[in-house]
Amino acid sequence: MSESALLHIDNITTSYGPIEALHKVSLQVEEGELVAIVGANGAGKSTLLRTLSALIPPKSGTIHFAGEAITALPPHQIVKRGICQVPEGRELFRPLTVEDNLLLGSYALKGDEQWVTERLAAIYTLFPILYERRRQAAGTLSGGQQQMLAIGRALLGRPRLLLLDEPSMGLSPLLVEEIFRVITTLNREGVTILLVEQNARMALTVANRGYVLETGRVVATASAHELLQDDAVRRAYLGY
Amino acid sequence: MRLRGLYLLTLLLVALPFIFPDNYYVTVVGVTAAVHAILAMSLNLLMGYAGQISLGHAAFFGMGAYASALLTTRWDWPPLLAMLFGLIFTAVVAYLISRPILRLKGHYLAMATLGFGIIVNIILVQAGEYTGGPDGLSDIPVLALFGWEIDSDLRWYGVMMAAVLLVLWLNLNLIHSRMGRALRALHTSEFAAETMGINTTATKSTIFVTSAVIAAAAGSLFAHQQSFVSPGSFSFFFSIELVTMVVLGGLASTYGAIFGAIVITFLPELLVVFEDYEVMIFGAILMLTMIFLPQGIYVVVEQRLLRWWQKCWLQSGESGGAT
Repeated sequence: MSESALLHIDNITTSYGPIEALHKVSLQVEEGELVAIVGANGAGKSTLLRTLSALIPPKSGTIHFAGEAITALPPHQIVKRGICQVPEGRELFRPLTVEDNLLLGSYALKGDEQWVTERLAAIYTLFPILYERRRQAAGTLSGGQQQMLAIGRALLGRPRLLLLDEPSMGLSPLLVEEIFRVITTLNREGVTILLVEQNARMALTVANRGYVLETGRVVATASAHELLQDDAVRRAYLGY
Repeated sequence: MRLRGLYLLTLLLVALPFIFPDNYYVTVVGVTAAVHAILAMSLNLLMGYAGQISLGHAAFFGMGAYASALLTTRWDWPPLLAMLFGLIFTAVVAYLISRPILRLKGHYLAMATLGFGIIVNIILVQAGEYTGGPDGLSDIPVLALFGWEIDSDLRWYGVMMAAVLLVLWLNLNLIHSRMGRALRALHTSEFAAETMGINTTATKSTIFVTSAVIAAAAGSLFAHQQSFVSPGSFSFFFSIELVTMVVLGGLASTYGAIFGAIVITFLPELLVVFEDYEVMIFGAILMLTMIFLPQGIYVVVEQRLLRWWQKCWLQSGESGGAT
């Protein structure tokens, strides 16, 4: 792990009023990696992603992205630099059409029409169902389709780093596998991904490296393979 | 395709004075309806699309009207220059209040805009030395465009309808642009809009200023057309009337806003036959509409027509396939 990492989080502390949700969390993501953050409910996983997207300001610590300090930037500046988030619960624009939702993902890339058109076509190839339903309101899609739309929308932001918050939430086991297949494909195509999951086994199966978060602290970090073998992690998060 | 409605409306507006020459409802009430339509469309940008309620929209209308009235009568400014100054002044005021005011949401935003509207109205009444107080300002000079004096009902009809079509065109283009999508996005969820990289504060502020400037332009035209302004035309009650127009036609529908403006302008004229019961019947119509067509009259009728049209289309397609 070097200073040249794409994302470099150093000693971040974030709190909601007097309650600390993250305590001196440090973490790195290298270009091209798929890193998983696993942990129980309330461990601070979503808070970490929200801090990264500047939706909550951290109390202390620094965040560097591609060598630039981004700790004090507002959310729209973060997106402009290529950090795109698929928020927990998907947060789609339900009354808007599927296509409008996708195009909103490219909001920060003003002007690059041609790239957006090409990328939109690519997303429709990746998720043909979205093409079929492109004129339909996003709220009428099924859970799995909505998750695909949320991922597609983030991909239209030309992410250098894709943040995924609980992509498996509320989906049937079959759909979870489908979504994770998509995540692996994207990563193989070169998208750097930071994945937050309660479904630790799934996440660690696809990831290169993992961090275990417990009550706002990083308690373990290793290659995903090692974490899957680790006795403490297995007992706490994998249930065997 | 997107502008089909605009073309149809243009045809209709051009045809009307030929079909009904010298008709009071076309060139007099029609012109009032046009002012209302411009105001309703501007308010709809803010309320319907961006989801930010305003109960003080009449204030911006008044600022445009009084800027023109004051500058042309007291200081003999040329009307077009006075109008331009009014628009810039309104833009600056709207921008300054937008930052603190648009942090508020829902009822609190409604309260703040309501307060702003009342303050402006009080200033118009109290600063009598300049504004003429409750009596207002009269003898506002005739507006001339490149030497062409707008001095008859028919000419005003032409100018106002052109203004309506211009604002409609601006609206339709704005709504289908990147900015329009951002507005609808932040209406749905500000949190999600921020994760998309939309600067929600700046976007809301921009649309607030745009909406205010359009209202001020309507005010300036209104002042010249009436050649008289008084604070009564820009009161809290008028703000509420504007909200009613937008809601009646259907939120987030530009044609709905125009439709609402037409209904609210013409209904009282038609209800005159009921004399003393006029206001009561007017209120009852509004209540019944909101109970039975809460999405707005125009929006519901448009949807039904579209569905009916599609059904006919499908049936004709099937029968065509069978033969």
